Amino acid sequence: MTVSSLAALPDQLPDARAVFAGRGLACERGGRRVFQGLSFTVCAGEALVLVGRNGSGKSSLLRLMAGLSRPAQGSLTWNAGDIADDSEAHHGRLHLIGHQDAIKPALTVNENLGFWARYRGAGPCASARIADALRAFALERLAELPARYLSQGQRRRLSLCRLLASPAQLWLLDEPRAGLDRAASTSLDAALAHHRAAGGIAVVVLHAEDHPPEARVLDFDAVKAGG
Amino acid sequence: MLAAIGAIIGRDLRLALRQGLDSLLAVVFFVLACVLFPFGVGPAPETLARIAAGVLWVAALLAALLSLERLFQADYEDGSLDLLALGPAPLPAIAAAKIAAHWLTTSVPLIAAAPVLALILNLPPAAFSSLVLALVLGTPTLSLIGGVGAALVLGARRGGVLLALLVLPLYIPVLIFGVAAVGASQIGLAVQPHLFMLAALLLVALVLAPWAAGAALRQALD
Amino acid sequence: MRALVNPTFVMRWSTRAVPWLGGLTLLLVAAGLYLALIASPPDYQQGDSVRIMYVHVPAAWMALFCYTCMAAASAAGLVWRSPIADLAAQATAPVGAAFTFIALVTGSLWGKPMWGTWWVWDARLTSVLILQFLYFGFIALSHAFDDPARGQRAAAVLALVGFVNVPIIKFSVDWWSTLHQPASVVRLDGPSIHPSMLAPLLVMAIAFTCYYVWLLLVRLQSEILNGKIRALRLRQAHG
Repeated sequence: MTVSSLAALPDQLPDARAVFAGRGLACERGGRRVFQGLSFTVCAGEALVLVGRNGSGKSSLLRLMAGLSRPAQGSLTWNAGDIADDSEAHHGRLHLIGHQDAIKPALTVNENLGFWARYRGAGPCASARIADALRAFALERLAELPARYLSQGQRRRLSLCRLLASPAQLWLLDEPRAGLDRAASTSLDAALAHHRAAGGIAVVVLHAEDHPPEARVLDFDAVKAGG
Repeated sequence: MLAAIGAIIGRDLRLALRQGLDSLLAVVFFVLACVLFPFGVGPAPETLARIAAGVLWVAALLAALLSLERLFQADYEDGSLDLLALGPAPLPAIAAAKIAAHWLTTSVPLIAAAPVLALILNLPPAAFSSLVLALVLGTPTLSLIGGVGAALVLGARRGGVLLALLVLPLYIPVLIFGVAAVGASQIGLAVQPHLFMLAALLLVALVLAPWAAGAALRQALD
Repeated sequence: MRALVNPTFVMRWSTRAVPWLGGLTLLLVAAGLYLALIASPPDYQQGDSVRIMYVHVPAAWMALFCYTCMAAASAAGLVWRSPIADLAAQATAPVGAAFTFIALVTGSLWGKPMWGTWWVWDARLTSVLILQFLYFGFIALSHAFDDPARGQRAAAVLALVGFVNVPIIKFSVDWWSTLHQPASVVRLDGPSIHPSMLAPLLVMAIAFTCYYVWLLLVRLQSEILNGKIRALRLRQAHG
């Protein structure tokens, strides 16, 4: 990804000293305690990498962080304010890339991306940002193509484009590299680096072997053993 | 928030247009169900005229029910519902927007087709206006109640049958007053009381249904 | 509040209460049946068929009472996320459905000699029929998910939505002119029913209520134990 393709991104995100933290979190799924006693802290410009075996609750933690579900115990705070107290503000500052890519096959690539940007209240430069986002993940040639013709990897890239199409300080990414080729993976790394340089926070579910060395790691297998 | 709601309605309408077959299917079902009755009860014009209102209403109600299961299902399965919930619109507003789009794409074609079917079912032309008015006032209530049901069965096994079990009993009041409105105009009685009842049901549904559907969506996402 | 959250607390108290409630229920049903079938006089118009009332009316009351309890427990479960409240709603549903069914069947049996027909489509009967379907919907919905907690919460929302039907049933005989007779026991100017009939009616109503509470506690216990078995199996599967 070239530097010019990120021109539309703000140099600095609004809250340069943000702290996102969880204390004593417990999660229950289907009557089963998935994890408990989990705590973390991430500050602006940092990345937190979640690793652990299948079913250890990484995706569940991401949903807790997004405010989609509530923890059975403990609390999540943004700058010391509980995220449940102002969920609208919390939703406004985050992007979630889950396992499903939320792409409508009947809409074109542009329309898919444009809908989410407009839904999140994109400003006047929305179309420029969308074009930049598509360029960043090498989808600009496919902009007018209905999404049903995209390959699995292209769909994944399209959903990652949402990160760049509207600004958000907190990125929650669930195995973002799944289905990406080397070039797209590099683009993602560049986007993450730029996001962190601008004061963004990223929480990423990854396999243990391919996390960036400077990121902080939360190992779920260790949490479970300790909890 | 209004822009966000507009965006949802716009997207759903565009999707319905692109996949035009889906809303067309409901109309085709509606026509077929109505056409079956002259064979079932015999083609005598006076018999048909007597049951026309009921047949039209029941067929319209079942046709609207057919497409309800997909109302939230597609967004639930492809992860869009998570992202919608993470946007600026609260869940009741999301539910209301999607229900509005559903009404525009399925019930409006049904209402348009109803006079034609009334003609072949031998409903007296004097009753046409009250039939259309009753459908205009009644079908939004059906969509609203159905929206609650569709949100409740998200992720359930055999959601379609379950949806019918949940929703059809709650459709009975609309059916009663909808048919009564047409029947009253057929025998020259005042239609307004029944239309007012339909309007009252619509108001109650407008106030309560989006909240209930929003609460059901919240449970589905958790 | 402790009862809303602590299964052990519920288990301890219900184990103590269940035998007493069971005994009380049997006594009251016996007394009620004696009063209703033997001690009370036949009606001067309806003859002995009036005795159907002593089952029909309390069953209809219980149908509404159980639904109200179910909706209240559902609301508590949703607001306070109390598993015990969810279980109480679950335990109430089949009992309420059974009382509704009894009310419909006895009403039908009573309707034949009184009105000359098993069924009329008036507002009271129709709204009680809708109540029956709401109970069925609640039960079906709560078992339609692989995760029981998800089913319970969805059913709880349905119970609250369906609650609009309860005042409709109660006042249907006053709002619309129907074949069904209006309320004669619970009314502002005192009961309009003769004391010799009121006594068995009330005894039967109390007996039915005791029966409901008894059954509720027994079912609550078994649901709690069910939950424990489930948790053990899940632990087995996930280590």
